[in-house]
Amino acid sequence: MNRLPVTEKLAVNKYELDEGHPHIAVNEEVCRAKCKNLACLYVCPANVYSEQNGRIMADWAGCLECGTCLVACPSDALQWVYPRGGFGVIYRSG
Amino acid sequence: MTEDVFDAIIVGAGVAGSSAAYRLARAGLQVVLIERGPFPGSKNLSGGVLYGRVLHDLIPNFWESAPVERVITNQIVSFLTADSSVNLDFKTEAFNQPPYNGFTVLRARFDRWLAEQAEAAGVMLVPGIKVDGVVKRDGKVVGISADNEEMLAKVVIAADGANSFIAQQAGLRDKIPAGHAAVGVKEVIGLPREVIEERFHLNGNEGAAYNIVGFATRGVPGGGFLYTNQESLSVGLVIHLEALVERQLKPAEIFEDFLAHPMIAPLIKGGKLLEYGAHLVPEGGLKMMPPLAADGLLLVGDAAGFGVNNGFVVRGMDLAIGSAVAAAETIIEAQAADDFSAARLHSYPDRLEKSFVMQDMRTYARAVDFMKNDRLFEAYPTLLSNILADIYRQDAQPKKNLAPTLLKNLKTSKISLLDLLKDALAGGRAL
Repeated sequence: MNRLPVTEKLAVNKYELDEGHPHIAVNEEVCRAKCKNLACLYVCPANVYSEQNGRIMADWAGCLECGTCLVACPSDALQWVYPRGGFGVIYRSG
Repeated sequence: MTEDVFDAIIVGAGVAGSSAAYRLARAGLQVVLIERGPFPGSKNLSGGVLYGRVLHDLIPNFWESAPVERVITNQIVSFLTADSSVNLDFKTEAFNQPPYNGFTVLRARFDRWLAEQAEAAGVMLVPGIKVDGVVKRDGKVVGISADNEEMLAKVVIAADGANSFIAQQAGLRDKIPAGHAAVGVKEVIGLPREVIEERFHLNGNEGAAYNIVGFATRGVPGGGFLYTNQESLSVGLVIHLEALVERQLKPAEIFEDFLAHPMIAPLIKGGKLLEYGAHLVPEGGLKMMPPLAADGLLLVGDAAGFGVNNGFVVRGMDLAIGSAVAAAETIIEAQAADDFSAARLHSYPDRLEKSFVMQDMRTYARAVDFMKNDRLFEAYPTLLSNILADIYRQDAQPKKNLAPTLLKNLKTSKISLLDLLKDALAGGRAL
């Protein structure tokens, strides 16, 4: 049963999706100008961040709300807050 | 919202927040407990062993009504190499007697129960509301704001976890530096009760807790854990963030390797993934501890950075509860004296110094750096495994006694005798 890709692991979780209210924003100008390691692309346990056509994209719906990306980001390019009250991941085991 | 001034507002209904709320309400204070999740526990995740003595002091015999999973009777430390494992396996019935040494808990259920106890004690629980920040007047914290409304209190407790945006916004601390943080990833894997009890040699409600060092994290400082719940396993890794960034590794991929390791794979075999989660772990110890009190504000639990990892046990919840009780008792005294001045609130850190919370943080202050020693993750597990392989291997070649076997392996290892002595001494002092 293991050896699952992260997307399939996230699919098992429960989320209350806050349509139209992303809680993560990437300031790409800062990424391009300042970032020395693009840490967000690999530290996130949910693989929220990806590089597409040279842009850093945040697929925020799968976020586990741990805050690792924010701590790891060396250039303060992330605007990362918790989702609005009641929304986001809902742990049933925890 | 009203212009009423509550005695205390607590941000975050984890074990710290709900414990503080419970203690305050029992003393007759008017307390509001605000939780951003739709129910307490819904945002909370931890490895999952609760060393419960401090909670027993707060809520006697809590295990009789709380949703605890299993009583931890088996404590295992495991050193992994790529293809072998060396375990120190300790089991005692002494840990299976009330008040019990430790329990596994699943936080979504346990924290919900604890918040319900606080509610029953008179706490006003407000779930589904994200607090945006503290409200300050003349430099003093006088309440919180949420959804553009203010709520006022004589004191605010920030129990909002490792990221503590409240403490950051109040100016008590910055975000955790990557060098002082670890990322925890965890799966909850469902298995039938009988399979768990057979596989882990458990009678009835006994439970096992594995702490795993070495190849678990592909040599990145950190460790693994595997805990038994009633009908599931909590399996995870805690990986130091700075090293992860340096080596450009993905936690999810390290985790997959860990789950496939020949020691781990048979333990989780046949299980069904129930949940995948992650959590930031403050691991800076004393070095990153922010001021714990400001005018009108106290920090408790992960928000204050309380945690201990000495390789044998990983603790957070007991320290969170201990700090919450100390904060609550400070506030109860302030209420009795009708004095919520900064000076009065600053007796909270003093109170903590006298409790096991700060004393243990000091006792294990050196464990933080010791547990990042690279030799711990590769050289020592390999050395141990090679020695045992030599002892057990029977290949029709002449054997050697124990002492020459040890010396030969030490010589061929990457560890100098000086390193070994230094580490033994440092480990003896740090752990």
